[in-house]
Amino acid sequence: MSISPGLEYLDKLRDFLYGMLEFRDRLREVGVQWPVKLPNALPGTVNVKVGFPAMLRNGVIMDVTNVEQAQIAEEAGAVGVMVLDKLPYDVRKAGGVARMADLKVIEDVMNHITIPVSAKVRIRHYYEAVLLESIGVDLIDESEVLTPVDEQHHINKWMFRVPFVNGCRELCEALRRISEGASMIRSKGEAGTGNVSEAVKHFKVLNRAIQELSSAYREGDEERLRDFARQCQVPMELVTLTARLGRLPVITFAAGGIATPADAALMMWLGADGVFVGSGIFKSQDPRQRAEAIVLATAYWDDPETVVEAQKMVSEKSAMVGIDVRTLKPEELLQTRGV
Amino acid sequence: MRIGVLAVQGDVEEHEYAVRRAMERLGINGDVVRVKRVEDLTGLSGIIIPGGESTSIWRLTSRGNLMDKLRDEITNGLPVMGTCAGAIFMAREVRDRVVGETGQGVLNVMDISVVRNFYGRQRESFETTLNIEGIGTVRAVFIRAPAIVKYWGSAKPLVAYGDNYPVVIENNMLALTFHPELTTTLIHEWFIMNLVKR
Repeated sequence: MSISPGLEYLDKLRDFLYGMLEFRDRLREVGVQWPVKLPNALPGTVNVKVGFPAMLRNGVIMDVTNVEQAQIAEEAGAVGVMVLDKLPYDVRKAGGVARMADLKVIEDVMNHITIPVSAKVRIRHYYEAVLLESIGVDLIDESEVLTPVDEQHHINKWMFRVPFVNGCRELCEALRRISEGASMIRSKGEAGTGNVSEAVKHFKVLNRAIQELSSAYREGDEERLRDFARQCQVPMELVTLTARLGRLPVITFAAGGIATPADAALMMWLGADGVFVGSGIFKSQDPRQRAEAIVLATAYWDDPETVVEAQKMVSEKSAMVGIDVRTLKPEELLQTRGV
Repeated sequence: MRIGVLAVQGDVEEHEYAVRRAMERLGINGDVVRVKRVEDLTGLSGIIIPGGESTSIWRLTSRGNLMDKLRDEITNGLPVMGTCAGAIFMAREVRDRVVGETGQGVLNVMDISVVRNFYGRQRESFETTLNIEGIGTVRAVFIRAPAIVKYWGSAKPLVAYGDNYPVVIENNMLALTFHPELTTTLIHEWFIMNLVKR
């Protein structure tokens, strides 16, 4: 026993405190730290909500139903995953009411991958959206693939901090969704069919309408722009902006029936900023190769040699079987839900 | 002057637009080209690595030898500016806030340590104002942003924010953890005047 036990105790305390400091620094190095208040940080602004989809450009977002599929998507180079309870193809087969995926599954996916995680809510289902925002989903898809809860209206997306993506078949529908606060638009296509024809149609209709608006803008024909705004029931400013840009003012992805690398390249060629792949990957026999091949074909769509390489990575024999859209009865169409 | 934008994935168009505007404002006659193949790297005076998903950019550039050639060019002095995913791509050390080691490939050229998704998820993404040394005041949009938590060697931060450094410069390399291309051309002008024209 030292003659000054108190000092020895102080030495130990000092060592302990320095140990804590080292521990804090080690934690900081791996990114964990005591909460530091960020000066003047404004979350959920328009820049933040519209800027996020811009980072997904030239990329592929893949539908997944569990962690294993999400990891396959991430390894293949996807820019994001969309968590569903059932793939659109299975939604068709199962019938009944299709709802938001299990929150537990979504959280599980969020904890296992580093790329953005999206999830679908039913059209106008505010509360499903509130729940998804609370658990921290990166992007919410207000989707016609799930059963709508309101035939007349969509969610007011300005209320949320998380960006939304909505589907459209033509320009008026797209602009209505944007005026409701959608930060991103996708074609509706006909989900779960493995048949890209409807997505092609929607993109062509969209592009033609934008071209017409653009020429009206160039000719200084304000009346035509105003008529269009009135007909679509959207603000004139939004119509003018679209006409001036010659494209939708938010990022626009292709979705609905994309099943092969060539399908993805085709949609990019038609002017999509990126693609959503639904049933096409995990309803095929070769999901790993197919996921990788579609990512490659999307990024290099303007280079046919690379798309050839991508298309050769998959076999048509392994592709999802698909459904001819013409064999579907009107009530079986998903694209007509929500207008 | 010929500025390249790495164009395999990410907000390439926004950077092209910002570079064109910056050149206009500076009265410089130059081209902006997309870099997708090794051949596209020839004759560049500078290159920009855009924001996007760093894992996708890595997967796509590691096909063929685009990534190795890009690393060689940067090591040999090609001026480079990386934003967000671009900063992750240039770092020597990368970790993810949630999953830790990601095992993703990086260029491994800049003496910085980066933590991915540092501030949280998209819900926590934000914008703020930064006063950057030698550049000025800019509106900075942080989207699922990484943070540079450590720098060493000849790397030098130009601004601090909270506990980390959103802008770091090292010789011919400039790393930013936010997206100047969404709000301003000031950073692109600075890059052209100070790194490309050097």
